[in-house]
Amino acid sequence: MAKVQSVKNWNNFPEVESTVYSFRTSGELQKLLRESPKVIARGAGLSYGDASLGEHVLSTHYFNKILSFDPYTGVLRAESGVTLRDILEVIVPKGWFLPVTPGTKNVTLGGAVAADVHGKNHHAEGSIANFIRRIRLMTGDGVLMHCSATESRDVFMHTCGGMGLTGVILDVTLQLKKIETSYINQRNIVAPNLKRLLELLRANGDATYSVAWIDCLARGKHRGRGVVMLGEHSTRRDLAEKHQKEPLTVHQAAGWKIPFHFPHFALSRPAVQLFNAYFYAKYRWSKKDFQVHYDTFFYPLDGIKDWNRMYGRKGFLQYQFVLPFDGGEQALDAVLERICKHGAASFLAVLKLMGPESSPVSFPMPGYTLALDIPMSSRLFALLDELDELVVAHGGRIYLAKDARSKRHVLQQGYPRIDKFRSIRKLTGAFKKFESLLSRRLEL
Amino acid sequence: MSKIPANKSALILGGTSDIGMAVAECLAFEGWSLILTGRNEDYLHRIANDLQIRSGSSVQSRYFDATDTGTHKTFFQSLEIVPELCVCLFGYLGEQEKGMKQWREAEQIIQVNYTGAVSILNLVANEFNARGLGTIIGVSSVAGDRGRGSNFLYGSAKAALTTYLSGLRSRCYHYGVHVATIKPGFVATRMTESLDLPASLTAAPGQVAKAICRAYYKRNNVVYVLPVWKLIMTCIALIPEQLFKRLKL
Repeated sequence: MAKVQSVKNWNNFPEVESTVYSFRTSGELQKLLRESPKVIARGAGLSYGDASLGEHVLSTHYFNKILSFDPYTGVLRAESGVTLRDILEVIVPKGWFLPVTPGTKNVTLGGAVAADVHGKNHHAEGSIANFIRRIRLMTGDGVLMHCSATESRDVFMHTCGGMGLTGVILDVTLQLKKIETSYINQRNIVAPNLKRLLELLRANGDATYSVAWIDCLARGKHRGRGVVMLGEHSTRRDLAEKHQKEPLTVHQAAGWKIPFHFPHFALSRPAVQLFNAYFYAKYRWSKKDFQVHYDTFFYPLDGIKDWNRMYGRKGFLQYQFVLPFDGGEQALDAVLERICKHGAASFLAVLKLMGPESSPVSFPMPGYTLALDIPMSSRLFALLDELDELVVAHGGRIYLAKDARSKRHVLQQGYPRIDKFRSIRKLTGAFKKFESLLSRRLEL
Repeated sequence: MSKIPANKSALILGGTSDIGMAVAECLAFEGWSLILTGRNEDYLHRIANDLQIRSGSSVQSRYFDATDTGTHKTFFQSLEIVPELCVCLFGYLGEQEKGMKQWREAEQIIQVNYTGAVSILNLVANEFNARGLGTIIGVSSVAGDRGRGSNFLYGSAKAALTTYLSGLRSRCYHYGVHVATIKPGFVATRMTESLDLPASLTAAPGQVAKAICRAYYKRNNVVYVLPVWKLIMTCIALIPEQLFKRLKL
């Protein structure tokens, strides 16, 4: 069934008029693929860009069944429209966790694979592709294809991180991670500047989870000040007394909701500066070691429904890039300086370490990755173009799941193996059937 | 019959519909064992399997075709347990215009919405009455409250179902068996996907499911899922026929 509607992703930009098709069985999808023009699959619509947007969109919303779960081996097979939230509700009580999780549990499994998502453990355990046993993919001519690290390897490697451009992911078999409790032992360490912050991150490279929040608006010798947060799954032994009775609880529903789009002044530089200073001070004076539920550690923003409204009606852009360790520190410093000078206020700037990449088209590479949310303004595009050049000049690349505006040459420089991706798309016929605003913009 | 009524088990006729899935989810998470029926066996099996994994309750799937009334008796007898609750929610909206021109379409509308429901519910009611225990919940429609020019093939079949359920309620009452009639109004489902429905008058499948579960526990007789529909239909029923026939509703 098809419906024409206006579609946008989480950052409210861009917005397009699309025909949205949905399907409940693979037979229905096959029929749709035969009849529809060029399409792109779309899950929960939580990417920050145009990867799942186009004139014709295939929604996986109703293709959302968990197919099997073995609580003894931790192998789960689920359809692409199942959300990570749904999966957690099934697996956590049985002592399993997602091997890799992005910062929200509301994304779909299909979307997570298409973006080859990474988490706070990328430096140690890699991206989600490392844990996929098998993908069932429907190609442009409606043929069902099994792919994995051993079967149709090329298609598999380019589907993880392929932004839905190799076919429609039907279902995914995933190896989960064993946990004893649903809690995390967290340690916060405050860093007064960028140099110290990166040192701390590197020195804690053996932590299972690590992430840093940066105050982008701090200037001079404070530039890059922030908080490094480390996490380990709590064992039964170190679980606090009050949780001993129920060590494997799942997350709660969102408690807060942003009721309307914030007005523009709420995002003015002084307002965000105040917010950031408060945050920094709070961390500085609060407890350094404590135990939190996984929901608080991994998904702090899921607790606030519609938080994207904080950025106002015009929306925002998220900008995420990775820079190799070699020369990365200087480049990061330069990026922060530009952002500070530009006055682009960002509530959220998140820095992480990355390990080796797992697929030729996926975003991660060994180095530092920084993600920033910046409210929409006319001057923003020029700033980001400038940052793009800086990033690729230092051997880095930008994250396609969070991109709505970068140029073709930036992609070309950042992803040296992208031509292989193009040829695979041609070879499998995906080029003729799957197209998104992103694939058109970057000529993929 | 000699079958022992199992506690807390429900038969959901029309398990692949969006409302059916929502009802099944509601009940399964409350610990009910379920038997879901439908015609697309692969899809039905996936739904049942998913729900069983997520809820931990037993969820079986069975092939059932509402229009194939000859098979209903065998189908019902083949169930290993007689459920305590039967929710009947298969339906076919069809196309009014097509139905006026092609008897096949009109017949399909009548058979799915009325004949098929009567055929299976007679069997269920007889069994429940013999046992003196059970609840039947039939999903009818506000479209059956008055025949409108744009939608009266579907409406008349649902009107017949509403009348049937009303009579069945009275008959079963004397055996201690309860019958509830649910009138959902607009619901955002696959059946209405291509229609442009006003949001304030449209319920989500989950809301209908909640109303169905509540009707079971509270032994409601007739339930309008969104209260506004009761008001709307009362007003529509009050319009004199002289005027009503002139309206293009």
